[in-house]
Amino acid sequence: MTKKILAVASGGGHWQQLMLMRRAFEGNDVRFITTLPGLPEQFDAHPAAIVRDCNRNERVKSFLSLLAITWQILKFRPDVIISTGALPGVMALAVGRLFGARTIWVDSIANAEEMSMSGRLARRFAHLWLSQWDHVAKDAGAEYAGAVL
Amino acid sequence: MIFVTVGTQLAFPRLMEAFDTLAPGLGEDVVAQVGPDTGNYPNLKAQPNVAPDEFERLFTEARLVVGHAGVGTILSAKRFGTPLVLMPRRHALGEHRNDHQLATAKAVEKLPGVYIAWQADELAGLLVRDDLKPMTNDESPTHSALIGRLKAFIETA
Repeated sequence: MTKKILAVASGGGHWQQLMLMRRAFEGNDVRFITTLPGLPEQFDAHPAAIVRDCNRNERVKSFLSLLAITWQILKFRPDVIISTGALPGVMALAVGRLFGARTIWVDSIANAEEMSMSGRLARRFAHLWLSQWDHVAKDAGAEYAGAVL
Repeated sequence: MIFVTVGTQLAFPRLMEAFDTLAPGLGEDVVAQVGPDTGNYPNLKAQPNVAPDEFERLFTEARLVVGHAGVGTILSAKRFGTPLVLMPRRHALGEHRNDHQLATAKAVEKLPGVYIAWQADELAGLLVRDDLKPMTNDESPTHSALIGRLKAFIETA
């Protein structure tokens, strides 16, 4: 059965890694959210919405991002939400879970020593909580299922 | 042309100094993205940062890309099909806040088209090799495993 999948990643490495997971979404109805205008076109990833990037030190910006992400989730009502980071992805998992979505966090492969800060935040909202490093997953109590490298 | 890139966040003078020494003997241009590095490298075409479209052009045109063991660099070489030499940053030399680049280098060491210079004196030997293979955009076994896990989760969601 076709699932509605919302795939969320900030611009840069997070987005590149998400793009490398696209084969897992094939045959489903996929929408993307990222933070950098132009990126979806560059990767032919559509439909896509742009929300502003934010971090934990920017409360107003973060709140605006949260509103935009919530709006996207209410419009789309995804069955699955997946993110590789960073904070906007955590927000999407948190809001999506409230509305009944199954949620996936794949921590960025750049975090080879420990779970990223956003990954640690995402833990309580993720049904599937993955690190792309076996030893990081073991230390954090996450699952390791492979890596995009 | 050889493109040397170290990411936007930290300088990597050990790599740039090595290239500045090697460049005159190479007989080809060395374009270097040096990051926040105040060093003087007269033998390199050095610039602090490179815009995304220029970065893409350099990756496409370079015979060989040499970088720190950053994930962005590895994924780009994979995407553009370029041979890649990596020199991991060392915590002990103050080049990064920990030794995660050593772990990254070990994790990608066996991928086709990836060559590791564990020390700067290994660079010269790699640069003169004429059998360097490009990285391929093929899925590695660990990559396929991750895709499989995600698919399985999505199917049962």
